[in-house]
Amino acid sequence: MAKAQKGQVRVITGNAAAAYGAMLCRPDVATSYPITPMSEVAEQLSAFRADGLVDTEMVEVEGENSAMNVVTAASMAGGRVFTATSSWGLVFMYDAVQQASGFRAPVVMAIANRETPGILAVSGGQQDIISMRDTGWIQIIVEDCQEILDSVIMAFRLAEDFDIQLPVMVNYDGFYLSYLATAVEIPEREDADQFLAPLKQQPERPRLVPGEPLSCGTHGIEIGFMELRYKHCAALERATAKLDEIDKEFGEIFGRSYGGQIEEYRTEDAEIVLVTSGSATGTARTVVDAKRAEGIKVGLVKLRLFRPFPRKRLAEALKGKKAIGVIDRSVGFGWNCGPMYMEIRALTPEIGIIPMLSYIDGLANLDITIPHIERVIDEVSAAAQGKPYQEVTWIPMEE
Amino acid sequence: MAARMLASAFVLEGKSVATFPMFGFERRGSPVVAFTRFDDKPIREKTQIYTPDCLIVIDPGLLTLPTLFTGLKPESVFILNSPKKLTEQPDENLKIGGVVNATRIAIEEVGRDVPNTCLLGAFAAATGWLELKSILSCLPDYLSGAILERNLKSVERGYREVEVIRW
Repeated sequence: MAKAQKGQVRVITGNAAAAYGAMLCRPDVATSYPITPMSEVAEQLSAFRADGLVDTEMVEVEGENSAMNVVTAASMAGGRVFTATSSWGLVFMYDAVQQASGFRAPVVMAIANRETPGILAVSGGQQDIISMRDTGWIQIIVEDCQEILDSVIMAFRLAEDFDIQLPVMVNYDGFYLSYLATAVEIPEREDADQFLAPLKQQPERPRLVPGEPLSCGTHGIEIGFMELRYKHCAALERATAKLDEIDKEFGEIFGRSYGGQIEEYRTEDAEIVLVTSGSATGTARTVVDAKRAEGIKVGLVKLRLFRPFPRKRLAEALKGKKAIGVIDRSVGFGWNCGPMYMEIRALTPEIGIIPMLSYIDGLANLDITIPHIERVIDEVSAAAQGKPYQEVTWIPMEE
Repeated sequence: MAARMLASAFVLEGKSVATFPMFGFERRGSPVVAFTRFDDKPIREKTQIYTPDCLIVIDPGLLTLPTLFTGLKPESVFILNSPKKLTEQPDENLKIGGVVNATRIAIEEVGRDVPNTCLLGAFAAATGWLELKSILSCLPDYLSGAILERNLKSVERGYREVEVIRW
């Protein structure tokens, strides 16, 4: 494929970046019920439609549950579909979310992550990602506004790939990214078209349309159901390598790539490694650089793909390290540690028995600050030297 | 919105920018704080700003906040919308103060109490960190028609009428 031309650079928010990404993929049907902090995605998409930039059919819905059912149905009829939500909107579509993946409908959904315990919890946090962990969707978590736009485009390539055919969530921190305005390069339309063109060369997906009866979805009983689940899980497994492949191709065309499932930053000769996801990763990069300058051999792994869990690549990145610290912006109920930490601990047979420290920070708009990350690196570093350590730390509770 | 306009103006001057507001519910008139960074290098941190080089206060009622000046860097800049003059240095870390009655200018020029754009003009004049024309050139990205024209006047008056004090 040819290299992309330089796109227009505009100062836009993370929400607008999500809408631009969707617009460039020319969805057939889109709908979104507004909710803080993602309402701007719905506004921008409607503005693109009104300005004639897309001919997407925008469906007005009375709530998020309907939104997910609308896009799932349109997807099963063969359309390219997009929606966006957050927090309670996501929870309100929980049944429909599972239906979409059960139907293997390649829906793409942008999510501005927000806390979920009560409708007044209007603040950023990643608990809504965790609540969707077992829905059978592909879950990608991004770090900045440019990555939001690029990842929405890549999400369509991944979701609609004939070997995958699964819905994809593109997650970005509410408030810290949804409202963050930075300079973002907006790809030219023909370049986005070119990037998505390989989908047209693949066999056509089965379509459910009036007058053409077709059985689909995880509705059977006993062996039929079991087989569909088996294939669903197999498709999720294929998505790991596929995301790496798509990310690499995106990089070759647009000059920007994000590591696919994970991104390793200064890990090669690192003795200790920090694991982060989302906007905190950007901050962590600056702290890793500062600690490196002090002579501490610390590296960073950005967890980009949460489902399917990037077991193989994480194990490769973390193997041989002396200690690791994982920062979560959510809680793992019943384990009293961070959920991402919990999952990484499950890789102990591959990584080996080393100190693994869990840090919970940044709930409900609290800031994951530079001093917080410095503290994490100092403690993980001490643990690597054999000093006693605390397994789980709720950082703001100990300040 | 003013923070985003400021960021756009810095982009016109070739800088990297990152700006975001922090608030609870989306409603007009609720308390809001916004953070803006600009740099020659890419900006990677996504945190709030705890040690600002410049503080812009849109509502003078906030002057009674005991923590208003906490964390200011030495030799920092303070931009204030107020009908009153600053008689003394509000904080020892402040080097430059810029006071303008942006509410009055906004009511005269825009027709409503929206002092934000006027304060951007005052910011450019007091800090000298960017050109007035960069602010004027980025406004059409956000506003159009009569409202744009009125806000352009408000920016220019902020630039001309701000009283700059050096301590």
